[in-house]
Amino acid sequence: MANIVQFENVGLRYGTGPETLSDVSFTLRTGAFYFLTGPSGAGKTSLLKLLYLAKRPTRGVIRLFGEDAGALPRQRLPGFRRRIGVVFQDFRLVPHLSAYDNIALPLRVAGVSENDIEAPVREMLAWVGLSDRGRAKPPTLSGGEQQRIAIARAVIGRPEILVADEPTGNVDPDMAERLLHLFDSLNRLGTTVVVATHDFHLINRIPNAHMMRLEKGQVSDPTGSLRNPPGQA
Amino acid sequence: MRFQLNPNAADRRLLDESRRTRAMSWIMAIMVFLTVLAGALGLGMFAATAQLDRELAGRLTVQIVEPNPQLRDSQAAAVLAELRRMPGVTRAQEADRARLAELLKPWLGDAGLDPDLPMPAMIDVDMRGGDVAAVERAARRIAPGARVDRHAQWLSPVRTFMTTMTWLAVGLMLLIATATAAVVLLAARSGLDTHRDTIEVLHMLGSTDIQVARLFQRRIAFDTLVGGLAGTGAALALVWFLQSRMDALGSEMLSGVALQQRDWFLLLLLPLGFALLATVAARLAVLRALRRTL
Repeated sequence: MANIVQFENVGLRYGTGPETLSDVSFTLRTGAFYFLTGPSGAGKTSLLKLLYLAKRPTRGVIRLFGEDAGALPRQRLPGFRRRIGVVFQDFRLVPHLSAYDNIALPLRVAGVSENDIEAPVREMLAWVGLSDRGRAKPPTLSGGEQQRIAIARAVIGRPEILVADEPTGNVDPDMAERLLHLFDSLNRLGTTVVVATHDFHLINRIPNAHMMRLEKGQVSDPTGSLRNPPGQA
Repeated sequence: MRFQLNPNAADRRLLDESRRTRAMSWIMAIMVFLTVLAGALGLGMFAATAQLDRELAGRLTVQIVEPNPQLRDSQAAAVLAELRRMPGVTRAQEADRARLAELLKPWLGDAGLDPDLPMPAMIDVDMRGGDVAAVERAARRIAPGARVDRHAQWLSPVRTFMTTMTWLAVGLMLLIATATAAVVLLAARSGLDTHRDTIEVLHMLGSTDIQVARLFQRRIAFDTLVGGLAGTGAALALVWFLQSRMDALGSEMLSGVALQQRDWFLLLLLPLGFALLATVAARLAVLRALRRTL
């Protein structure tokens, strides 16, 4: 399998503060499933932001889909972002749009015609078990429902990479397991999945998944106990 | 998300329009109202200046200044006959003496009617493409004391004033257009702040800057057009009312200020022009602001 993501000595600093990430190096293989763990404040969200191109590294090289993502001109970023699905920690659903319109958003951004939008959106609503909530607006949905809409929005465009930041943080254990199955089934279709989570119970549910641990802004495996740690760049 | 001129309902929903205020439409209504008034003033003054030019360009008065009434009358008759033979002279007519006396009455009283008062003979001449100098030469050959007054010369201060008013109207229109562009820039920036979260999500989903800019420019153009049409309607009603009042005055000079069909059409185009201006200003403002983000 080819590498879809490669981090080489990547550092990230916000303003003039200390480095949030330092010398992070790893590779992610196409079609694999990765868990990113680590204590709060370790830099998991920052690493994911680099991955979904919300930030540029302050040093080092990030190769994404074979290209130097840090050196991409602004006008090429939208094309790359359309190949990445993101489930944000705080969902980031557009509050005045219905669940249906939130899920349809990536397709509309990509210029898909309205005639070709309805079927996949209905399919996604059914996939996340919310067929009857299509017209509901996010403020009227529970945390778990919002989470599922966010996941449906992230995967509707069949992204090559799915990045999820604590996607089960707001749902009960049953729902968390169902969501994980959604990610797993997407991964089986060939999507590379990266999930940041604290939940080791969930991690154990995907036995073949790789694990990556961040601590104080650095990839760490001090005891050598991580399961299938990602390769070093 | 193609954001066409007539976007579908889904595109219209992307920016939360339920929270939109009508302030933009009101401001645009006022701006376009003032611009249409300024435009009507400018077009009216321009038309009046053109009419003045047309009417005065070939109009002159030949004065036969001769104290001897018999000689004055014979010179006047000879000059009149000569002028009527000249090419380019469309009309030559001696002014009615009784009428001249009437005009002098406020200053001279009944003395103005005294036949012994040495009043010059006045000949009104209308020309089309003729040579004024030739008229002057012909009049002086017959009556050495003859004077030729060009009407355009008398009214040149009026013409200068009217030209100034025309340029003032143009200046006002430019000033208002600039202020409108500034208002649109502020509205676009405020819109970007209000919808920052939505825009961030759109960007993360792969939206281009142009797609986001189109959302704003369409919305601002719509507000401008709605406000502009209202402002234009109100301003044109006011102009029509003023014009009907001027017509009632029956003034020959003010009649030139009247707007022609072409002028009304030009004024009707102003809201479209403002909508276009707002579209361009919004697009530039949004693209410029987005360029500072990743």
